[in-house]
Amino acid sequence: MSRALRSIGRSTLGWLLPALLLAGWEGASRAGLIPANVLPAPSAVGEAFWKLLLSGELIENIRISTLRALSGFLVGGSIGFALGLANGLSALSRELTDTTLQMIRNIPHLALIPLVILWFGIDEEAKLFLVALGVFFPIYVNTLLGIQGVDPQLVEMGRIYGMSRTQLFVRVILPGALPSIFVGLRYALGIMWLTLIVAETISASSGLGYMAMQAREFLLIDVVVLSILIYALLGKLADSLARFLERISLQWHPAFQTV
Amino acid sequence: MTAATVTARKSYSTTAPAYTPAPQGKVSFSFRNVAKQFGGKAVLQGINLDVYEGQFVAVIGKSGCGKSTLLRLLAGLDKPTSGEIVTGVLEDDQKRTRIMFQEPRLLPWARVAANVGVGLTGIEKGETARKKSLEILAEVGLADRGGEWPSVLSGGQRQRVALARALVGHPSILALDEPLGALDALTRIEMQQLLERIWLAKKFTAVLVTHDVAEAVSLADRVVVIDSGRIALDLAIPVERPRRHASPELAFFERQILDQLYNR
Repeated sequence: MSRALRSIGRSTLGWLLPALLLAGWEGASRAGLIPANVLPAPSAVGEAFWKLLLSGELIENIRISTLRALSGFLVGGSIGFALGLANGLSALSRELTDTTLQMIRNIPHLALIPLVILWFGIDEEAKLFLVALGVFFPIYVNTLLGIQGVDPQLVEMGRIYGMSRTQLFVRVILPGALPSIFVGLRYALGIMWLTLIVAETISASSGLGYMAMQAREFLLIDVVVLSILIYALLGKLADSLARFLERISLQWHPAFQTV
Repeated sequence: MTAATVTARKSYSTTAPAYTPAPQGKVSFSFRNVAKQFGGKAVLQGINLDVYEGQFVAVIGKSGCGKSTLLRLLAGLDKPTSGEIVTGVLEDDQKRTRIMFQEPRLLPWARVAANVGVGLTGIEKGETARKKSLEILAEVGLADRGGEWPSVLSGGQRQRVALARALVGHPSILALDEPLGALDALTRIEMQQLLERIWLAKKFTAVLVTHDVAEAVSLADRVVVIDSGRIALDLAIPVERPRRHASPELAFFERQILDQLYNR
């Protein structure tokens, strides 16, 4: 088998198990082993998908949910990143804010949902706030850890060679912290979807979570299953994107070298 | 002059081993009554040392004798508690003292050529810097490795990249803090030869801290033995180059240094 073929084989290998599960599920449904009011057959879910796709409802809900997820991520992620950098680089800033942040970190952010509904109602701000709060901590903690973990010998080397503070940051500290920042990014992406779906399920008038809740009201179990599958796909998509970025920017890392 | 150097002269009378400067030599750097304390504990005291331009000095001593501290003072990484260090080069030319450590300290996220380019920070930029980096890489025998990541190189190769990085800015003083300490015996000998060849070609002042007496006598013009924070022996090694490893002449000096180190 040629090298290219083998690498395609490798990348499809991960999809083998889901495909087998789907085939087994379809077979069991057709044979009447799984009643349709418990779990509809994949083909029924596929039909629901097609119907919602044609009506434009599905696309619209995915669009709204993605937009919410990304804007919350952008707000929470950038604040977390900025604070992680500040606290990693300045002892004063760390002493000033770290204790407070660690205390807040120990509150499960979903526990704030009742409060958030009281503050913002069920408008966009509520979802944005929750997602931002959820992604803030993994990004903050891992950025801080990454910067504190940069090899002090390399920093000393940079100083000896006369690097300015900016050069030291761009050439030594940031690249050194990057592997850890990516760990934070991947955690944050997972938390981003989780938070959004929970928030949309509890309080929303649009989006994927809302679609699933509506379907439950009308006992459209195929739509409920479809929503769950779409969550899985969206989560996988976000993770793949993060891994792709990781591979591009961490080429130097022995763990990402294929040759 | 210490008692040890006097005895040395008696036993080897034809070529005086006690250090006498070359008459035409210009001073590269001087330690004047330098002392260094860490938390009240004296690490170095009463160090007086004049090193001449283009000289290869080896500093030797047991662990914890203060030899690495001496090098860090020279490189400006620490400040002396008292006394002063005068460098022959102008004050604003600080970039001309370079230090090489036992670890290569390469940036893992920069290609080899870019790592060498770090040595040109504030001196050269862009295409010129890249050209100079590749030239110096060729001189250390890594001509075709500029595009590699440091992680694929061997220990000896990484240390050669570190040497290229230290040399690319044409330092007048190169301080070497046991740079070959972590290498295997065969790679070590290769690196010693490379170091000598480059030093002969570039004529910088080299200060090599080592715990390997054979390495010191085979490379240096002059060996300074540090014991309990003081200079215990300052010995010239007037042996022609190229030197042969383990030759009787070198063995003579080696024994003298070992005698001093172990008070025999």
